[in-house]
Amino acid sequence: MYSLGEYIECIVAIMSTRHVLLGLLAERPKHGYELKKEHDHHLPGARPLAYGQVYATLQRLERDGFAEVAETAQGGGPERTVYAITDRGGAELARWLEEVEESAPYVVSPLFSRVVVAAVTGGAADGYLLRQRAAHLARMRELTAERRSGSPARALAADYALQHLDADLRWIETAMERLADLRGEIDA
Amino acid sequence: MLEARALRKAFGRTTALDGVSAEIGEGEIIAITGPSGSGKSTLLHCLAGIIRPEAGEVRLDGRRVDTLDEDDRTRLRRENFGIVFQFGQLVPELSAVENVALPLLFNRHGRRESLRTARSWLERLDTADCADHLPGELSGGQLQRVAVARALAVGPRVVFADEPTGALDSLAGEQVMDTLVGTARESRTTLVIVTHDNRVAAYADREIVLRDGTVAGASTVGTSTAGAPAAGAPAAGGEATT
Ligand SMILES: Nc1ncnc2c1ncn2[C@@H]1O[C@H](COP(=O)(O)OP(=O)(O)OP(=O)(O)O)[C@@H](O)[C@H]1O
Ligand SMILES: [Mg+2]
Repeated sequence: MYSLGEYIECIVAIMSTRHVLLGLLAERPKHGYELKKEHDHHLPGARPLAYGQVYATLQRLERDGFAEVAETAQGGGPERTVYAITDRGGAELARWLEEVEESAPYVVSPLFSRVVVAAVTGGAADGYLLRQRAAHLARMRELTAERRSGSPARALAADYALQHLDADLRWIETAMERLADLRGEIDA
Repeated sequence: MLEARALRKAFGRTTALDGVSAEIGEGEIIAITGPSGSGKSTLLHCLAGIIRPEAGEVRLDGRRVDTLDEDDRTRLRRENFGIVFQFGQLVPELSAVENVALPLLFNRHGRRESLRTARSWLERLDTADCADHLPGELSGGQLQRVAVARALAVGPRVVFADEPTGALDSLAGEQVMDTLVGTARESRTTLVIVTHDNRVAAYADREIVLRDGTVAGASTVGTSTAGAPAAGAPAAGGEATT
C-alpha cells in the first residue's frame, strides 16, 4: 500500500535532491537552512530533508562546480553559509530539465505479482480484486479530501498519487476480465 | 432514507438487475460502480422512480415508490429528486438557462426568479457563457455541466447523477465533483453517483460495486468484502461483453 509520503519519496528519488536544490538556488543565492525549508514546503508529504543531507549535497554540488560559496556569515554555523548557482550549474539544471524520464518498459511490483498469482489460481481472484479495490479506494478518499483542503503543492502531490492508484485499479480490472475471457474460452 | 430490496429488472432476455438490495442514508454520498453493462444506470433509474422493477421494492422514507402510478412518480421525482442523465438530455429547443430553470418552473416558482436562480447555478459551474446558447451549440463537457446545474437548482433531497463527469477532462471533472459534493455536504443532500471512474468514486463515502446485475461488493473506509465463489460468476451468458 502506498502512502502519500512514499509516493513523494519516489518523485524525489526521481528528481534527485541535487537537482531540486539546484533549482531552488537558480532563484537566488540561499543558505542551507533556507534550502531545507523551501524543499520541505514545495514537496509536502515528502520526508523532510535532514540537514546532513542538505550539506552533503551542497558540498557535492560545489565539488562538481555547479554551486559555490557566495558568503559566509560571521560566527554563524554551517547553516549560515550562502551558496549560489554557477554558470555550469545553470547549464546542468537546463540539461536535466530537458531530459525525458525513461519510460519503464514493464512493472515489477508486489501488486503485479499478487494479481497474477491470484488470477492464475482462479477462485481467489475475485475476492482479491474487491479487497484490493476497497483498500485503494480508501486511500483515494483520503487523498481526495486532502486535495480539496490543501495547498497547490499538496494538490499536485495528491493528483500524482491518485492517478497512480487509479491506474493500478484499472489495470487490475482489465487483468481480471482478460483472464475471465481466457478461462471462458478454455471451458468452452 | 432510500431503500431498495431484491430488485429485478430484465429487458427482453437480458437481465439487467438480478436481486439488488441497497440502503442509503440521509446526506450520504454513494458511488455505484462496475463494468459497462453491469446494471448501474438501471439501478439508478429504479431508485429514482424513472423505471419500475419487475420484482422487489424501492422505498423513500419508508414509502413505496415502485408501486406508484406514472403521475405520482413524476410528482415525487419533481419534488424530491435532481437527476443528471448519462447523456445529458436537455430540451433542444430551450437555451441552457431555460433548461436549468425548467424544473423550478414545474415546481411553480415565478419565471424571473427561476431564471435568476438558474443563472447563478450556471455561474457556480463555470458555464455562465453558455446561458443563452441552445444545447446543440454546446460541447459535451458544457452540456454535462448544464445538466448538473439543472439537477442542483431545485434544491432536491436526493441528487442522482449518471456519469456526471464522463465527457470532462480531469480538472473540469474535479470542479464539477467539488460543486456536486460541496453542495450535497452543505445542504445534507443525498447524492447517488454512477461512475466507472475510480477518482469520482473516491468522492463518495461508500461504494456499491455491481457485476452482472448483482452486488459484487461494497466498500467503506477500511472495509474489505470477501469475494464471489470460484466458478459460477461469468455463467450469465456473456451479454455484458461489448
Ligand atoms: N432500455 C433498454 N432496452 C434493452 N436493454 C437494456 C435497456 N437498458 C439497459 N439494457 C441492458 O441492460 C443491461 C444493463 O444496462 P445498464 O444501462 O444498466 O448498464 P450500465 O452499468 O449503466 O452500463 P454503462 O457503464 O455502459 O453505462 C445491459 O446489458 C443493457 O444492454
Ligand atoms: Mg450506464
